[in-house]
Amino acid sequence: MSVIYILLAVSVIVALIFFVAFVFAVRKGQYDDSYTPSVRMLFDDELVKKSPSKSIKSLTKKD
Amino acid sequence: MVTSPSLHPGIRAIVYMSTPTCYHCGDACDANIIKHDEKEFCCNGCKTVYEIFSENDLTCYYDMQAAPGATPLDIEGKYDFLAQDAIIDKLLEFKDDTLEIVTLYIPHIHCSSCIWVLENLKKLQKGISDSQVNFGKKNVRISYSPKETNLKEIVILLSNIGYEPYISLDDFGKGASAINRSLIYKLGVAGFAFGNVMFLSFPEYFEVDEYWLDQYKNLFRWLMFAFSVPVLFYAAQDYFISAYKGLRAKILNIDVPIALGAAVLFLRSTVEIAFDLGSGFFDSFTGLIFFLLLGKFFQQKTYSFLSFERNYKSYFPIAVTKINKDQSEVPIQVYDIKEGDRLLIRNHELIPVDAILIKGKAKIDYSFVTGESKVISKTSGDKLFAGGKQTQGVIEIEALKAVEQSYLTQLWGNDVFSKNKESAFETLTNSISKQFTIYVLSIAVIATTYWLFTDASKAMNVFTAVLIIACPCAIALAAPFTLGNILRIFGRDKFYLKNASVIERLAKINSIIFDKTGTITSGQSAEATYEGMPLSTEESILLKSSLRQSNHPLSRSLYDLLASQQILTLDDYQEHLGKGIAAKHNSNEIKIGSAQFVGAADTQVLNTAVHISTNNRYKGKFTFYNKYRQGLTKLFNQLKNYYELTILSGDNDGEFENLKKILPSKTKLLFNQKPEDKLEYIAHHQTEGQRILMIGDGLNDAGALAQSEVGIAISENVNVFSPACDAILDATKFNKLSTYLDLSKQAIKIIKWAFVLSFMYNIVGLYFAVTGQLSPVIAAILMPLSSISIVIFTTVCTNILGKKLKK
Repeated sequence: MSVIYILLAVSVIVALIFFVAFVFAVRKGQYDDSYTPSVRMLFDDELVKKSPSKSIKSLTKKD
Repeated sequence: MVTSPSLHPGIRAIVYMSTPTCYHCGDACDANIIKHDEKEFCCNGCKTVYEIFSENDLTCYYDMQAAPGATPLDIEGKYDFLAQDAIIDKLLEFKDDTLEIVTLYIPHIHCSSCIWVLENLKKLQKGISDSQVNFGKKNVRISYSPKETNLKEIVILLSNIGYEPYISLDDFGKGASAINRSLIYKLGVAGFAFGNVMFLSFPEYFEVDEYWLDQYKNLFRWLMFAFSVPVLFYAAQDYFISAYKGLRAKILNIDVPIALGAAVLFLRSTVEIAFDLGSGFFDSFTGLIFFLLLGKFFQQKTYSFLSFERNYKSYFPIAVTKINKDQSEVPIQVYDIKEGDRLLIRNHELIPVDAILIKGKAKIDYSFVTGESKVISKTSGDKLFAGGKQTQGVIEIEALKAVEQSYLTQLWGNDVFSKNKESAFETLTNSISKQFTIYVLSIAVIATTYWLFTDASKAMNVFTAVLIIACPCAIALAAPFTLGNILRIFGRDKFYLKNASVIERLAKINSIIFDKTGTITSGQSAEATYEGMPLSTEESILLKSSLRQSNHPLSRSLYDLLASQQILTLDDYQEHLGKGIAAKHNSNEIKIGSAQFVGAADTQVLNTAVHISTNNRYKGKFTFYNKYRQGLTKLFNQLKNYYELTILSGDNDGEFENLKKILPSKTKLLFNQKPEDKLEYIAHHQTEGQRILMIGDGLNDAGALAQSEVGIAISENVNVFSPACDAILDATKFNKLSTYLDLSKQAIKIIKWAFVLSFMYNIVGLYFAVTGQLSPVIAAILMPLSSISIVIFTTVCTNILGKKLKK
């Protein structure tokens, strides 16, 4: 019945992996701004329509 | 609170209005409408922004939200100081040869289009590698290569597309600010341990006499112990530190019984598993800490886009232009200004020091300082005070003092600004915990003594059980969840509090002091009454047509107040600065302006007035009155029965009679109060036992706001700056003030009822404890049950209260 050691070890390791992932996410600042990313993810559709090869135009124009 | 931007990709709001609105900024287009690309624009600035976006394939900007833009302002020369390395270094977050990172605060960020266009900055400017918006904080973090571009170029680009960043003296030397995330970590640790310990202790709850479970019992228990160690030493450390600090200051705060309970829980559990006496209470222990931290987290609601700590530094620029002896102009840091320096102040720039006007016509807006938006004209030789904003053309001034010694900035030397209101205030929870702790300890001692004589083996067991079950988890949760929820409800209603303790202080107020200008009067609009000979239709038409030509603020407001007339083309029009205007149509002449200018003998000088004469005959005058906020009289009548009311104004007593009429007779009215006078008035009345709520708006109220128990700043637009305070109230919600005060009192009642509820749980628990029957299962059921029911009770009650606000 020593399989219980393996089971316990696995469950604890899986739990720890999630815990480490959480700490990593916090450290990366993912919890600092909980609003903007929810808007940002919807932008991708618009960006696809663009032709990426277009060069940057100068902004010297002023009135 | 984050106001969510509406997001309708590809759908543009269709606005049916008589006048066309600007495609870019949404303002109504005046007569000078500009058509471009089949779209209407209100000015060239807006059109230019549109051109920039359309040339760079960024017109999606207009698809997400109709008319999201702002008109770019003229910034010629304003950001010259960003060419100086010494200043740039103080603003940058990160800097090396290939990469520089800067975070800029942009007040205009308000919708999804803003996020989109700012995150596509790299398409507009070569060298920008990344830009990321934080919508809540209204800032954008830009990474760029210093070889290809520089900070000045980026700031000018942002200004040109209508997103002018706000750079103030407050940003100086800030760099990257460290974010404190320790509460999230602690919550994570406690939650992780709580979940795992619950799983591991589950078999023991049923006490199944099963061979395999018995066999591995010790392994399970020591695993639970291992999970609990970081909870005790890391997640719960704040409670131990706070309890220790409290004890040293001879205060029994709520953290004392919490720390005691948590320590006893852990120790007893460890002893139990070490000597195989039982399974321990690790589940209750980790759960307790987890719930407590959750309450803390919930209460920690902050409005990141508002700042409650502002002093004059957030208003002041970082650098101004200095004119050297040889007439060359250099930007210098504000801190480097010395007495006698010649400074150049451009349109819309702030005067950073007390100074003498040397050259140019000054039109100064002191609304930052006094809350009054009326513009004051000054001529050369006049003294200008720091904090005023030049609103027309360029002026030259000579500094009289250094920044810190100016009239306005000196106020911040006062001690009240270093005082912490929170630490001086005893919260309801702490005042209850004093008695609670004493009672719990006496019960523990009595029960233990009893058991010592009846069954000594159980004495220790009972002693620890009492301390464990009496651990005031539910009491500690009542206030955070009630106040945290009220804080959110207020926030949704545009009343933003600095933190939850403000609610408790609000509930104890017995006296309210109002500033006048900008607080009980509305800063934006005025009323005018006409006295004198009636004007003929012809004269009215001429008056309106002449006013139309003038840009003087008084002319503008009078023009808006007068009934619309047909507009004449004037034959002659002259504007005499500081005096008035003279106009001519056919044979009719009109003079509009000061009493002297039109040739009238003026007797009353307290209120602003515009005099009129036609064909050299004096006709009469328009006297401007402050327009009081809607519902002011009603609000004062609601408040007068419960609070002492005072008006403390920095202005002259020109409005005395008027105020007497509209306010309840008990209201005290005081005029001509300097900023220090206001502060001292409050301090004096506090010694008489008054607990004062100060409501103000300008920087001149800053001292009073800091000295009072609660300082509320009224703001016409919460995104622009308001002085340091405990709460910011949107001006449109001013008439609801009495409802807010009422709700705060009710919130305290809810907390008290929650206390009663949790005492009942404690009594049930104590019964098990003193009779020596406390088993881990009972603890594991009772503790979360009491906590969760308190959370539900307070949340439901506060939401019912919140419904009142909607009425």
